Amino acid sequence: MCGIAGLISHRYRKEDGRRIKKAIVLQNDRGNGLGAGYAAYGIYPAHEELYALHIMAATDTALEQASSFIRHWFRLHHQEAIPVWNRRIGDHPYFQRFFVEPGISPAHRSAGEKSDDDYVVAKMMLLNKQVKGAYAASCGKNMGVFKGVGTPMDIYDFFLLDNYQGYCWLAHNRFPTNTPGWWGGAHPFNIVEWSVVHNGEISSYGINRRYLESYGYHCHLQTDSEVIAYLIDHLIRRHGLSIAEAATVLAPPYWATVERMADTAEKERLTMLKVIYEQAMLNGPFAVLIAHQGGMFSLTDNTKLRPMTIATGGGYTYFASEISALYEMEENPETVTTPRAGEPVIALYDQGAAATAKSADHRR
Amino acid sequence: MQTAVSQPGLRSLFRPVFDLSLCDGCGQCARECTFSEIRMEPRRDKTVPAASGRACGACHRCEATCPRGAIYVAERPLSLRSHGVWKQPDIARVHLQSASGAVALTGFGADTAIPVYWDRLLFNACQVTNPSIDPQREPMETITHLGRKTDRPAKTLAQNSLLRLSLPLVFAPMSYGSINLRLQKAVARVAKAKGMLWYSGEGGLHEDLYPYADWAVLQVASGRFGVNPSYLSRARAYQIKIGQGAKPGIGGHLPGEKVLPGISKTRMIPEGSDAISPAPQHDIYSIEDLRLLIYAIKEASHYRPVCVKIAAVHNVAAIATGIVRAGADMVYLDGYRGGSGATPSVVRDNVGLPAELALAAVDQRLREEGIRHLASIVIAGGFRNSADIMKAIALGADAVAIGSAVLVSCGCHGCQRCHSGKCPWGLTTNDPVIGERLDEDWAVERLSNLVDGWHHEMKEIMGLNGIYDIGSFRGNRLILRGVGLSEKELEILGVRHAGE
Repeated sequence: MCGIAGLISHRYRKEDGRRIKKAIVLQNDRGNGLGAGYAAYGIYPAHEELYALHIMAATDTALEQASSFIRHWFRLHHQEAIPVWNRRIGDHPYFQRFFVEPGISPAHRSAGEKSDDDYVVAKMMLLNKQVKGAYAASCGKNMGVFKGVGTPMDIYDFFLLDNYQGYCWLAHNRFPTNTPGWWGGAHPFNIVEWSVVHNGEISSYGINRRYLESYGYHCHLQTDSEVIAYLIDHLIRRHGLSIAEAATVLAPPYWATVERMADTAEKERLTMLKVIYEQAMLNGPFAVLIAHQGGMFSLTDNTKLRPMTIATGGGYTYFASEISALYEMEENPETVTTPRAGEPVIALYDQGAAATAKSADHRR
Repeated sequence: MQTAVSQPGLRSLFRPVFDLSLCDGCGQCARECTFSEIRMEPRRDKTVPAASGRACGACHRCEATCPRGAIYVAERPLSLRSHGVWKQPDIARVHLQSASGAVALTGFGADTAIPVYWDRLLFNACQVTNPSIDPQREPMETITHLGRKTDRPAKTLAQNSLLRLSLPLVFAPMSYGSINLRLQKAVARVAKAKGMLWYSGEGGLHEDLYPYADWAVLQVASGRFGVNPSYLSRARAYQIKIGQGAKPGIGGHLPGEKVLPGISKTRMIPEGSDAISPAPQHDIYSIEDLRLLIYAIKEASHYRPVCVKIAAVHNVAAIATGIVRAGADMVYLDGYRGGSGATPSVVRDNVGLPAELALAAVDQRLREEGIRHLASIVIAGGFRNSADIMKAIALGADAVAIGSAVLVSCGCHGCQRCHSGKCPWGLTTNDPVIGERLDEDWAVERLSNLVDGWHHEMKEIMGLNGIYDIGSFRGNRLILRGVGLSEKELEILGVRHAGE
């Protein structure tokens, strides 16, 4: 069991973490103090064109090694310690953020790393594998993941999240079961622009992981949820599926449902997705919330064994495991709904809102 | 090749035991025994059965058919004095070959003590954190697609080139000739009714089976028996047979006595002539040659899927990648314990490797080379129950083929004398008299029941792992844990040890 909360301003209105904190702290009983985390988008406007690498390192040696790894593979623009308040949590890794761009031009990269995103994915996989004790918590642009072992309140205070201004926030409260509670295993899981919080268990993890390995994604974080972030990146960014199609791959309708459909192009497309992405399908109970540069979307398993509720109002969409948490974020929502099993709910930024938001950032 | 079958040597390991207080002397047992183990002899006021003690192979036919329940088959209490090295089969075989100077033949799958890895693998199950699914109440789907796929969306799925099965189970190749035509018909009928596939073996396609060709994978083997233009336009898919698990590296031989009129016509060879399948296909001496044949069959068959069947041998992973890159849509691996209608004991018992290891190695290698989607893996070789099947699926098989289990389902008791042509259950013989013993409708019912029962059990195993679609079970090796296996074995199988 875990708790999830998310909010997104469709017009890029920024706020600090207090509302998302209220929503996740309310769901305290859905966790056990062994993991919590947040993701925030729009927090680094001064470096918005650069990849923001959030690195956690168990020792100062690991941090040094990670730092030289990053300097070796990337052009480093800025590096700093992520400010933390460690009066309540004494035993924690080092956190450092690096604002970078790929250090090798596309012409000189290997075949699978031609795009900048592919390059970053490959190097973060390599870092997780090669640098003992150091892990990338996030590596997207103008966003960051803040996570660790503690309650949602502990982790919020630890990372001083009052001090960040974002237009999209994710939060997670963890009750680890099948895997240990450790800093790298807390949610959200991120790869480039995609951040995932997950409530549930992935019974298909064994094959999802093997499937991803043949495409260069390697799981090092000991938590089944990790595969969801990589699957989304693989399906949407690399294979060019729409969000709705990727949702169909991850939580497909039953064959029995497909067979009842009329023989249309839609049926053929659905059949193809089910056949070729059999190994990417998720089995087991899950409710996931995924944030990205274009918005946020939720997805549940197709028997809906984990809850997801959604509210809208005032130019925002809110997601949470429990309805009460929605009211912590918005006292007077315009709509409150619960999606059907397997039905994705996709919230995107308003067209045209981006330019305004960006110029606003420049004014600050 | 001279063959030696039931030559007098040692007395047999088994014998029927008669309870004469129950026996009414009807003589049924003597008529049922096709190996002349039992004869009727007069004793006092009635005729009673007597065992020769030389030919019993424990087929249990007499026991099963005795109307009075007066017979059981027993193991000889002391077959030979015990010896740590020279066991009864060793001495018996020396006696047999000393008498005949021939290659010792056998049938069925290897009965040696080589480890059965299925027995050393255990499934996981859901508890608390991850709900199991009750297949009696929730949807549970086993639909399986075999054949070449793209790894990302294409314009169309090319559904014609994919074989859609309702469960990941197929009937292994058993040719008309090696088995009774009635049994082959029963297999074909069940495959059609259950949405499965049946493989023809290399005996051609008898015209009675034309209605079932849409569910058939017809074989093109080294003897090319029955291969003609109509054969190449009829089936759902084709299989090039390179080797067989029970006899890797050698050919096949159907003795002339078994080439009866129907077989002669179907195989396109003269009646009474030996049907000899050479060891290699004489137009395949390299992987390039295989590619030529794959594409020749594709061209001739309007691009139906082509499967290549090989025996599991030591470098099976490398061979399989070659086969996939040569254009095969399916790789069919036949493991060490695969059955056969006739094979030299020395080959059956000493050549090849177990299906479990071959499957694990091939699946992993195809993934590492990024070509796993290009071909499906069908695994065969001694599958005994639904647990074996599901363990193979979890290791990475797309589908499992059963052959011996088909025979057992229809009466076989594993006496290992398929090569004799005297199968007392009428399964591996086309003898006009003994063959009558098998009733086609009865065989259909037995096989359908077996498939239904296993299908239920497969769904239970998926459900207790919290998985509703076989696609999430396939290749999901985290579901399995090994018990009592060495690190090397675990490494090859790609599974962790129990407790980890």
